[in-house]
Amino acid sequence: MTLYETQKDQEYTVEGLYVEEAVTRRLQALGLNDGTRIRVLNRKKHGALIIQVRGTRLALGRHLSTNIEVSECPQKE
Amino acid sequence: MEKQHTPEKQYIHVACVGNPNCGKTTLFNALTGSRLKVANWPGVTVEKVEGETEYEGMGIKLVDTPGIYSLTCYTIEEKVTRSCVMDDDIDVIINIVDASALERNLYLTLQLLELGKPVVLALNMMDIVKERGMEIDLHRLPELLGGIPVVPVSAAKRAGLDILLHAVIHHYEEGAEEYILDYPQEIEDKIAKLSVMMQAHYPTHSSVRWHAIKLLEDDEEVREEHPIQTANVVERSYEKEIIQCKYAYIEHVVADTLFHRDQKAATTDRADRLLTHPVLGVPIFLLIMCLVFFLTFTVGDLLKGVFEQGLGIFSDSVSSLLTAMHVAGWLQSLVVDGIIAGVGGILTFLPNIFILFLALAVLEDSGYMSRVAYVMDSIMGKVGLSGKAFLPMILGFGCTVPAIMATRALETEHDRRKTMIVTPFMSCSARLPIYVLFSGMFFPDCPGLAAFSLYVAGMVIAILSAMVINRLEKGKTNDSLLIELPEYKRPNARTIRIYVLNKVRDYLSKAGTTIFLASIAIWFVLNFGAGGMVENPADSFGAVIGRLLVPVLSPAGLGMWQIGVALLSGISAKEVVVSSFAVLFGVSNANSAAGMETIVANVQAAYPGFGPLNAYCLMLFCLLYVPCVATVATVKKESGSWAFTLKMIAFELALAWGVTTLVYQIGSLILQ
Repeated sequence: MTLYETQKDQEYTVEGLYVEEAVTRRLQALGLNDGTRIRVLNRKKHGALIIQVRGTRLALGRHLSTNIEVSECPQKE
Repeated sequence: MEKQHTPEKQYIHVACVGNPNCGKTTLFNALTGSRLKVANWPGVTVEKVEGETEYEGMGIKLVDTPGIYSLTCYTIEEKVTRSCVMDDDIDVIINIVDASALERNLYLTLQLLELGKPVVLALNMMDIVKERGMEIDLHRLPELLGGIPVVPVSAAKRAGLDILLHAVIHHYEEGAEEYILDYPQEIEDKIAKLSVMMQAHYPTHSSVRWHAIKLLEDDEEVREEHPIQTANVVERSYEKEIIQCKYAYIEHVVADTLFHRDQKAATTDRADRLLTHPVLGVPIFLLIMCLVFFLTFTVGDLLKGVFEQGLGIFSDSVSSLLTAMHVAGWLQSLVVDGIIAGVGGILTFLPNIFILFLALAVLEDSGYMSRVAYVMDSIMGKVGLSGKAFLPMILGFGCTVPAIMATRALETEHDRRKTMIVTPFMSCSARLPIYVLFSGMFFPDCPGLAAFSLYVAGMVIAILSAMVINRLEKGKTNDSLLIELPEYKRPNARTIRIYVLNKVRDYLSKAGTTIFLASIAIWFVLNFGAGGMVENPADSFGAVIGRLLVPVLSPAGLGMWQIGVALLSGISAKEVVVSSFAVLFGVSNANSAAGMETIVANVQAAYPGFGPLNAYCLMLFCLLYVPCVATVATVKKESGSWAFTLKMIAFELALAWGVTTLVYQIGSLILQ
């Protein structure tokens, strides 16, 4: 599934970044790599969302959310 | 602080490097006593700044750099910081780390350690860490980072600074440490091979390992600067693997040193539930802006009375003093009607300006600014700009010049230019006096509403122009927003004070320089004609020039030669439009009730038809036409193109004329 299809307040694991080279590198430098755990904090209908990654918050536009593959994390207690 | 530069005095050169918004500039200000602007959104510092301090007899030259996430070279900030850090002059790097976001911040730290220069880690924002109930093992952390000094500091409270400087000097004498991070064998082999090649080509090179790693990452700049044949070693970019190794190591460091993570839900998350709400986000933003302008106009006006009285007394006493001294009539006229009317009139708007900047400072320091980028992203996306482009636009409410500079944070040159075109439509603080004066004169029942409508008009026109440009370019919607949202924090009194005082000082120095000179120039062109000094301004040079513009300005309801003069002179600085009116109509204090009445009476005596509609068109024209000289120069500098700058001016002139003419013509039809 892509980040676009995720739900608020759930945790996910990044599976792959499928955006332009330069953007990919930026995201990686910000700590968004394959296997990184993220949490969706807030989202808008059209696809922009706020995620928590490595203790910081990032706002991502729809272009990014529809091109980042994630998988659901087993829920922690 | 030491002013004498004795030749034997030793200096060490130190660069402050860190992620955006980690407190570099606050620390730099605290160390050097500088007063650089600080705010709570990423990308405030766009150029490197130098300062100086002294510790234990050693001179320390400090450089503050733009915040970066990584030592790559994709953005302007990264390029500036990277070339600064790589400079051989830099002896020690202070890496400022936001302790509350340790994991992400350490990525840059690992890259800096690979440079082979001494690094001192300044652990900032420990108070937030404590507030959230987290703990950092300050003994284990340096061990895992190759033994570099780790100094907890509070840049805002100025704590830990001496220890930091001590560590800098001590560590400088000790020299750099060995690298700490080993990559998998395959990558290490390649780094070793590339290091040998680098050493062979550049025997004196200071950071061979870092360059070898960058070559392996296929870094464009490093590859161009070091054109050595690496094809047989670097068959592809290993950047992804290298980044992942670093983050794997960081996870190990964090697991070993950071405890009780996320114990308390941050207040930021709770605030964000409301402020970045998918439906309420935009109305809340508009409400906040309404409040800012409401305060600017109402509270500012309350304070204005004091200034007015002061100016009145000053003007009268200067006038009687000059008469008593039997000073020549023309000189008296220059001082009282030219300088005091022109400059003094502007000074009475200081309370409004003060409140406006105070409100903007609080907004910027709270952390709300980057939320605006997210909240406005869908609207901006539709006109082909990222939500990030809205940040320079909000700064434009203060002053267009720094707003144009702030477009550097945008990813592409194309987006930057587009944002530069629309940013001047955000009503800057120099246009505020025009709005206050003309709303007060011609809309006495609802001056605040009239002025606010111009702010809204500016925003709407900015967004519409972006949309038209997007259509013409057949551009798509832009939805590639990527911005970090910092923690909310209580605005820091010191930060706000520096910010507002800087702005007030700018305003006063502008009054003392540009507006002062412009006032003299206006006085001159209005009091002299072909035959020398004239009695009636209608015979002056100014009138001759102004009359040339009358045919052009008539369709827009501005067919007065005085307005032509005021608009022309307003290009030097927009406040000068107000100064011009004061000088033109011989009022010493345009902003007072009596001054306003005199101007209205004089204007209507000369042009009986001049009413609220004309006044509104004048304000609209001032909003839209050529921005001030300082802005034009900044646009030229930032875009690097005269062609672009001139096109922008032509567009703004055409738009100003077109919109005001339309409003005037339709308005006249309705009012008839």
